[in-house]
Amino acid sequence: MDFQPTEERRMVADMIAKFVQNDYPMKVRLDAGATDLGYSPSAYMQMAELGLIGAMFDEDIGGFGGAGFDIATLFTELGKGLVNEPLSDTALASGFILAKTGHLGLVEQIISGKKRVALALIENGADYDWTMPETLAELLDGAWQLTGSKTSVKFFYGVDAVIVSARTSTSDGISLFLINASATGMTQHQFQTVDGGSACDIELNCASAILLGLEGCSYETLDAAAARSTLAICAEALGIMDSIKSMTVDYLRTRQQFGTVLGKFQALQHRTAQMLLEIEQAKSAVTNAAKDLDAPTDERNRAISAAKYSIGRIGCYVAEEAIQLHGGIGMTWEYDLGHFAKRLVMIDHEWGDQDHHLMRYAQS
Amino acid sequence: MDLNFTAKDLAFRKEVIDFLEEELPKDVATLVKADIAVSKEDTEFWHMTLHKRGWLTYSWPAAFGGADWDPVQQFIFEKECAAAGAPRILPFGLKMLAPVLMAFGSKEQQDHWLPRMCDGSDWWCQGYSEPGSGSDLASLKTTAVKDGDDYVINGQKTWTTLGQHANMIFCLVRTDATCKPQAGISFILVDLATQGIDMRSIRTLDGGHEVNEVFFTDVRVPSSNLVGEENMGWTYAKYLLAHERNGIANVGISNQKLSRLKRLSLTQKRSGKPLAEDPLFAVRLARLEIELRNLETTNLRVLDGFAKGAGPESSMLKIIGSELEQNFDDLTRRALGRHAQAHTPEVFEPGYNGPQVAPKNMANQSAAYFNKRKVSIYGGSNEIQKNIITKMILEL
Repeated sequence: MDFQPTEERRMVADMIAKFVQNDYPMKVRLDAGATDLGYSPSAYMQMAELGLIGAMFDEDIGGFGGAGFDIATLFTELGKGLVNEPLSDTALASGFILAKTGHLGLVEQIISGKKRVALALIENGADYDWTMPETLAELLDGAWQLTGSKTSVKFFYGVDAVIVSARTSTSDGISLFLINASATGMTQHQFQTVDGGSACDIELNCASAILLGLEGCSYETLDAAAARSTLAICAEALGIMDSIKSMTVDYLRTRQQFGTVLGKFQALQHRTAQMLLEIEQAKSAVTNAAKDLDAPTDERNRAISAAKYSIGRIGCYVAEEAIQLHGGIGMTWEYDLGHFAKRLVMIDHEWGDQDHHLMRYAQS
Repeated sequence: MDLNFTAKDLAFRKEVIDFLEEELPKDVATLVKADIAVSKEDTEFWHMTLHKRGWLTYSWPAAFGGADWDPVQQFIFEKECAAAGAPRILPFGLKMLAPVLMAFGSKEQQDHWLPRMCDGSDWWCQGYSEPGSGSDLASLKTTAVKDGDDYVINGQKTWTTLGQHANMIFCLVRTDATCKPQAGISFILVDLATQGIDMRSIRTLDGGHEVNEVFFTDVRVPSSNLVGEENMGWTYAKYLLAHERNGIANVGISNQKLSRLKRLSLTQKRSGKPLAEDPLFAVRLARLEIELRNLETTNLRVLDGFAKGAGPESSMLKIIGSELEQNFDDLTRRALGRHAQAHTPEVFEPGYNGPQVAPKNMANQSAAYFNKRKVSIYGGSNEIQKNIITKMILEL
């Protein structure tokens, strides 16, 4: 057994750490987060050039990674720097789906950072449950047209295309479609997210689309893509918690009250120790999920749900506890902690929250 | 023992409900219930409305023009105001400074400052915390040095809530640095228009502007603005803490949040079914409701005890009440599912007619969840409250 990352993965992690340190101060993230795009296109391109998008895909489809531990290493490091660029939102899951359905040319452009493809699954009424789309696809004169609504499509603004889940008039199974961003019949409402980014609600009214894969048979592809993205944000949360822990411990070591540093108070020592234990448990959950990412479906999904539940529960706890241990300073925009905490809590609202995954695990 | 409200209590409750129905503007209530910060104008309007009815000073004794309600009436009033979505009565003047002036201020100070709180002449803010003195408030360093008929103040205060609207600030200042820290603090009133005061905003993690830092450079304050005796400020501040017990548990607000959450759980859906039917959500909601029912009775028990003599139980109410309020905000955020990410306060701007992402009254909810992390930090953090309980109740 060997828990150490391989040399290659360590190099990727070091590269991201250097990128964050040299080129990604908090100001870049916050300023870009408030724009319609919600991220910095130049930072995104820089990361693509460093090969970070390629590291999410395996060699067969033009990448140089793609295993569970590649994704986990990459996103843990991105999380440490609170990197906001939409690597998981408009590259990882969509690239995986496009590769599985034979659109390798588009995957290549995603890997090089030239194109971004969003993934629109969520509908009002079903929320985290993406298995039952109401959006309807109809075949008219040999061309597909989609009608319906999707909500909370992250970083949709400025994408080149979007993958949309739908049912068809002839199949209740899930079908996936690719819609060009400039297609007629698609309108968007852009809004800001509380963790500093952008999302859109989309209305489809007879929007022309290309079928990806076979009609009604995309559940498994989508489930596998969801597993990859879920692992990615779990790892991101782990990196965020790592940074939060460092900030909190540093603060306890330096903040003076009652004639000594806060870190000398046993009540606070024990709470910080508890935070450390929980984060270690979260790390193990992510390790398990990374290991089982390419395991048989049931096994994979149990590990993914275990990780997402653990990250959801522990993430909210760590965010709240760290703010409390800091006191007033933790409530300010000026101090970085709050931004880490907001993203950490919001990760519980992506790809199913802790209750959703606890139930899925219990029923599996 | 009789745990029921009396007929008199119930008649009083109806009077309050009728008043709120008639006088509370619906658009203001909508904003309050959606956790949108109340504007200066709306706060002043609501204060004036209550003042006309004689209820603004409901917590004051009759001798000072208060409504002279018993603790149960005060409890009913606060609960119904919160349920209706009334703006919070600003505590800084009416509930924090006023009791100190009544107990320790001169007749001149009482006659001058108390009526001005009621008619809206003054908006008070609080100058307690400093950058180096948070939980350890007694270590404060802002100095006031006697010079002729004035005190000259130098230093910095922080976390000054709504200071941007205020014209007056009451401060704890150091007047003696040679003794034990608590023994060298004085309580003084400062006009914010005085030369040498600089107020700067602090942006909070939710993006809002609610708190400020205040810098004092050679600020001259007439010594007639000193409250009580020099170097007795710590005693006055502690007196205030022990008397600020009604409302500290925020039972009214938590009740309002419970009803809002129950309604939300019927309209929010997961997998096509109302969230209320999700067993994990239902259990979370049940836990909070049980905690709230328990807290209501704990609160009334403490109020009953207070009628017979003061104690440190307000610390208990503060801890339980603040954490419960936070837990309601937490569960409301969870109930929003994927829409919790949407931060769209623009839907409340006048004339907005664009689409909505989350239900309208939830458009600011995640920001509110993060903002409310403050309630277990301010007013003496919950850790400090536990120190007080350990010392004063457990006598450890």
